[in-house]
Amino acid sequence: MKGFYLLLGAVALIGGGVLWYGSQAKPERGGAGNGGAAPLPVAATDGFRGYTLGSDSAPVEIREYSDFECPFCAAFATVQMPVIREQLIATGKVRWRFRDFPLPTHQYSRYAALAGQCAGEQGKFWELHDRLFTQHQWAQTGKNPRSPFRDFAREAGLDLDKYDACMDGQRYAARIQASVQEGEAAGVRGTPSFFVNGRPYSGRGTSDDFKALVDSLTKPHK
Amino acid sequence: MIRRQALVLLTLVGLLVATYLWLYKIGVLGQLQCGTGSCEFVQASRYAELFGLPVALYGVGGYAVLLVLGLAGLQPRFVGDRRVTRLLAALATVGFAFTLYLTAIELFVLHAICRWCMASAVIMTAIWVLSILEQRSRPSVAAPSR
Repeated sequence: MKGFYLLLGAVALIGGGVLWYGSQAKPERGGAGNGGAAPLPVAATDGFRGYTLGSDSAPVEIREYSDFECPFCAAFATVQMPVIREQLIATGKVRWRFRDFPLPTHQYSRYAALAGQCAGEQGKFWELHDRLFTQHQWAQTGKNPRSPFRDFAREAGLDLDKYDACMDGQRYAARIQASVQEGEAAGVRGTPSFFVNGRPYSGRGTSDDFKALVDSLTKPHK
Repeated sequence: MIRRQALVLLTLVGLLVATYLWLYKIGVLGQLQCGTGSCEFVQASRYAELFGLPVALYGVGGYAVLLVLGLAGLQPRFVGDRRVTRLLAALATVGFAFTLYLTAIELFVLHAICRWCMASAVIMTAIWVLSILEQRSRPSVAAPSR
């Protein structure tokens, strides 16, 4: 019996030691293509407020809570968003802010949100955003999208080693969770949801309706 | 007795594996040593959390309870106690059912395999088998009369 407890103690000691070493070694760990140390997971309190399109001085800000796996979000991104970009964002009237709101009912939306954030780390958020939505077949197959996401990342011009390191470490998981909490606190229940200059927008999600609203907000008072 | 010792040893290993996955999930460990598996994918999926808590944390809790119970069952006063045997079998059955659910999610929903999760599944299955064998065996030592 004494031998058994010695064995048990040895297993506990070795296992605990390995776990302790793993937690201590983290800051020095870097992948071959990781350019040195692997950055720590980004804290929820990093102050990140979402990727934006458009001028910082635009008079109207539209904040979108979106889920990459959501078919309505994909339809909005592919049908309405190009017009909005052309008519409202490119003209300096609107600044568009994208916030992650992966719905718990979707299998891969959180993973897709991570991919978006990892692309954003390399300055390519919108490039991956567009591919995730325009090539939305990945969301309909029900299969592990790791491979198509890497293809999107490659097409978008990302450094795949850095992308893989970011995804493997779930570097922005806390940031995504913070975005979800922000949305929930603002009353978001589904996607896509919009806020115009901080106020909930309950109108139709069409480019025409957004244009009409923005025009009314930016029209000079006489 | 030997079965209970094996059960305790397996439970300790399972506890270490679950702790490893939990530490990864909460960001204490930077990356999972997963080889060619899809650990990070499984861990990033919505199935890696249950009622707002990491699934691995349930594993840590479950293995910890089994370990304490198993160690108690090795003490002379409890060696022949069938209540310990029954409780171990009941808890191991719950753990095994949960393992089956998680493995089914990996195989049929996520189509991805996390090797550490599979290691835990194998360990829990072995624990369950041992606990059932223990349950069906005759008590080696008579339970105290009172």
